Amino acid sequence: MSSLSVNHLLGIKQLSKSDIELILSTAKNFKEVLNRPIKKVPSLRDITVANLFFENSTRTRLSFELAQKRLSADVVNFSASNSSVKKGETLVDTVNNILAMKVDILVMRHASPGAAIFLSRKVNAKIINAGDGAHEHPTQALLDAFSIQEKLGTLKGKKVVIVGDILHSRVALSNIFCLQKLGAEVKVCGPQTLIPKYISALGVAVEPDLRKALEWCDVANMLRIQLERQDIKYFPSLREYTMMYGLNKELLDSLSKKIIVMHPGPINRGVEITSDVADSKQSIILEQVENGVAVRMAVMFLLAGRQN
Amino acid sequence: MKTKILLDKVLFDITLKRMAHQLIEVHNDFSETVIIGLQPRGIYLARRIQNELQGILKTNSILCGDLDITFHRDDFRKKELIPSRTNIDFVIEDKNVVLVDDVLFTGRTIRAGLDALIDFGRPRDIELMVLVDRRFSRNVPIQAKYTGITVDSISSQNVKVEWKETDGKDKVTLVDK
Repeated sequence: MSSLSVNHLLGIKQLSKSDIELILSTAKNFKEVLNRPIKKVPSLRDITVANLFFENSTRTRLSFELAQKRLSADVVNFSASNSSVKKGETLVDTVNNILAMKVDILVMRHASPGAAIFLSRKVNAKIINAGDGAHEHPTQALLDAFSIQEKLGTLKGKKVVIVGDILHSRVALSNIFCLQKLGAEVKVCGPQTLIPKYISALGVAVEPDLRKALEWCDVANMLRIQLERQDIKYFPSLREYTMMYGLNKELLDSLSKKIIVMHPGPINRGVEITSDVADSKQSIILEQVENGVAVRMAVMFLLAGRQN
Repeated sequence: MKTKILLDKVLFDITLKRMAHQLIEVHNDFSETVIIGLQPRGIYLARRIQNELQGILKTNSILCGDLDITFHRDDFRKKELIPSRTNIDFVIEDKNVVLVDDVLFTGRTIRAGLDALIDFGRPRDIELMVLVDRRFSRNVPIQAKYTGITVDSISSQNVKVEWKETDGKDKVTLVDK
């Protein structure tokens, strides 16, 4: 169990349970490194990483870049808005041009589902999926699992509910795969229109009532309503959504046990979660961000260490 | 497979005691000195030496930490490595550090260890202690200040150090692969 079974991190679906466990245990070591006076190790000093962000991002991009710098890798950044993609260059051409400059690892976010998998078949570099449309966001799922594990000790037998816009969420899908592989039970909660049709095929139950879902779970992962992906109206108004699926302090305090509240960010305060919940002791939102760097360091360290 | 015992239980014990006394000659009461064992196998020697010292000096305040060097290695893409825990819950700035490992062979582990150590601050002084020194096999210019036993060996041989804590007995053997 000392090496990953994959050459790329395309999605959680492609990982085995022992791959996930290896990433999480390596991340623990990197978290310790991040708490040292000098937060940098020379492991990837001969590696060049390109961050390709065809879609907007703050957290993921910063987190990846920090992780790369703390591993001493050389980093080049690319965002679609000020590049030749606008001039009509194809994805494979863009990437092959970047690779011609001797890049070893690509971190890519793209609006099209499957973009990372497509690329992994076309080009000769290690690819890390940093989000492909509404498909997968594996490092987010890994850092969520790491954060839950840190709080609860283990994921086995734990109950996690994912609340909100499941249909448009890559975080939801990756989380479902990851949590299930680690032995946790997953339910989703949200308006019928935002629950994917085939969710039961994943072994995930739907609980339409937020209070019941919260009473059942140990951890609640509150997702953002992804208005930018919603081409039609899925619910009458944000206000109504908030009333039915928003988590507020009153509801949180009325539960019979203290659950953990997570959010992958960015938060729309007052919509899916109120400010006092986001800033409460039960929320681990900022821990998730902190752990994100350690988890991404682990992923890159393990992928770079794989012999071809 | 031929094996030769280099240190048996009795010699092992005498060697540890001797090394502890050598340390005391230099570091007196250890108020300015800390011990750091290298993961994964150097930590046992470090803890043993800490115990010996505390017994001799009648104190329980000798600081001992564990240092993992996986992320600082120069060969991490050549073999598969599993990181261990680093646990240094004291300050090494301006202290004398005794770096401890079980076997000194090519010296590359110690090279990485020095790099990793500096991440925690700037020690006044760093010394190296090893239980077994496989001399004439160094790849980098590194020597130990305190040595349990020196052996002449060739690269096809292995030095195997066993510890009571994990292997049930204290023993050092030279094994022909």
